[in-house]
Amino acid sequence: MYSEKVMDHFMNPRNVGEIENASGVGTVGNAKCGDIMKVYLQIEDDIIKDAKFKTFGCGAAVATSSMATELVIGKTIEEALKITNKSVAEALDGLPPVKMHCSLLAEESLHAALWDYAEKNGIKIEGLKPPVADVHDHDHGHDLEDEEDAN
Amino acid sequence: MERIYLDNAATTPVRKEVVDAMLPYFTENFGNPSSVYQIAQMNKKAVDDARETIANALGANANEIFFTSGGSEADNWAIKGIAQAHKAKGNHIITTKVEHHAVLHTCEYLEKNGFEVTYLDVDEYGMVHPEDVEKAIKDTTILISIMYANNEIGTINPIKEIGAIAKAHKIPFHTDAVQAVGQLKIDVKDQNIDLLSLSGHKINGPKGMGVLYIRRGLKIENLIHGGAQERGRRAGTENVAGIVGLAKAMEIAYTDFDAKIEKMTKLRDKLINGLLESIPYTKLNGHPTMRLANNSNIGVEYVEGESLLLLLDMSGIAASSGSACTSGSLDPSHVLLAIGIPHERAHGSIRLTLGSQNTEAEIDKVLEVMPGIVQRMRDMSPLWEEVVKNK
Repeated sequence: MYSEKVMDHFMNPRNVGEIENASGVGTVGNAKCGDIMKVYLQIEDDIIKDAKFKTFGCGAAVATSSMATELVIGKTIEEALKITNKSVAEALDGLPPVKMHCSLLAEESLHAALWDYAEKNGIKIEGLKPPVADVHDHDHGHDLEDEEDAN
Repeated sequence: MERIYLDNAATTPVRKEVVDAMLPYFTENFGNPSSVYQIAQMNKKAVDDARETIANALGANANEIFFTSGGSEADNWAIKGIAQAHKAKGNHIITTKVEHHAVLHTCEYLEKNGFEVTYLDVDEYGMVHPEDVEKAIKDTTILISIMYANNEIGTINPIKEIGAIAKAHKIPFHTDAVQAVGQLKIDVKDQNIDLLSLSGHKINGPKGMGVLYIRRGLKIENLIHGGAQERGRRAGTENVAGIVGLAKAMEIAYTDFDAKIEKMTKLRDKLINGLLESIPYTKLNGHPTMRLANNSNIGVEYVEGESLLLLLDMSGIAASSGSACTSGSLDPSHVLLAIGIPHERAHGSIRLTLGSQNTEAEIDKVLEVMPGIVQRMRDMSPLWEEVVKNK
């Protein structure tokens, strides 16, 4: 059900770990829903020098975490904001429809880490919204609709 | 890579003896059992013999055995068929929260069509208490449907006691015995069972074959209208090869039964105890002793079930999980939630179910591989990070 690329990033995840004194840290998801992603960003001169993650979740959650950190390293903050759940999923050669919400977790946790960075430094990042408490709040409905359509 | 198949509650390989018994009925013995010539009458006899074999294994009479396309069809027929046939008397059905979806979704369908369903709670082990069944009975109750043994956690219900209550109240009693057949001795008369569903592919028989036992004299709506097959209750030319295969599988399942079950129970306990001892923060889901010989279901904290399955698969081990990510929905297993396991722990459950082909060496291999896999996932988990920090 997963692409080769998803399996590669699941089996050999890139950038697992923590960054001490990270510029920004973002955690999204909850254990109740079965996935949590925590992202650490090291930002210097507006450029994301390093990114690490820890994820509790399914194969898609781990793979999207890995891919999102890979995509974000070396980008400016402005460029990083353009990373969406769709672009992460595309970079993984796609995800099964029921797993698309996992890629949302990656997008939201990147944003949460950037928000944390902005807060710590008292700056405002244009176009960045405050992190959602729980990515699943607005996600459950979507999946149910999809299921209805499929039937 | 060596393949270790430990998902026998999902399905089982068809035994060679079963395949051999079935093969002639595809090519040489292809006759329609309803026809009069010899090659057809031979097949009628094969179907009759198979019916007899299955009846004997269940303590039933041959004319109480009805072939279906599987366990789900048998469950659907039992529930909808009784509901339809007895609706003049009442509209209330009693079942449990931990049934297979073939029962639960059928009951939900009936609820949309004017029936009332009570879904009984189970205890922390997943067991239904007979007194709860009795308390739920109303004047309008027309069916009690309670599974013999649970497919996820293997818990065995006190079926005979529940059957006795149903009998005393003159309410038809159905049991989904898909997981129990082949692992427990069943006697429908002694255990007060009016309807029983079973499936072929769970007992090393063919897929697409099942049985509904219907006690003689019980009023039930016919399922498929057409020819006179299955005494007119479920029309359609018989799946002769499938029927022969199912009977062969039943016969084998109950040969040397006690020794086989004893051996499997030992393997199961070695697996369960080994995992609980070698992996911290694990817990057995289900009953420690009143459980099927093939079932182990372990709650593994701080890891997610699908990830665990993928990594086990990479090591050649096939298992299943109650996590949301493997259920196709966002909720984890309804069975684990019903026994009081919180969402976050239910996501980390793993079910390993044994079959007749599994060996002790395979169990040793699982015990060798699994602790490392769990630790690998935990090292990546932000939840585990907190556990380590709080130590």
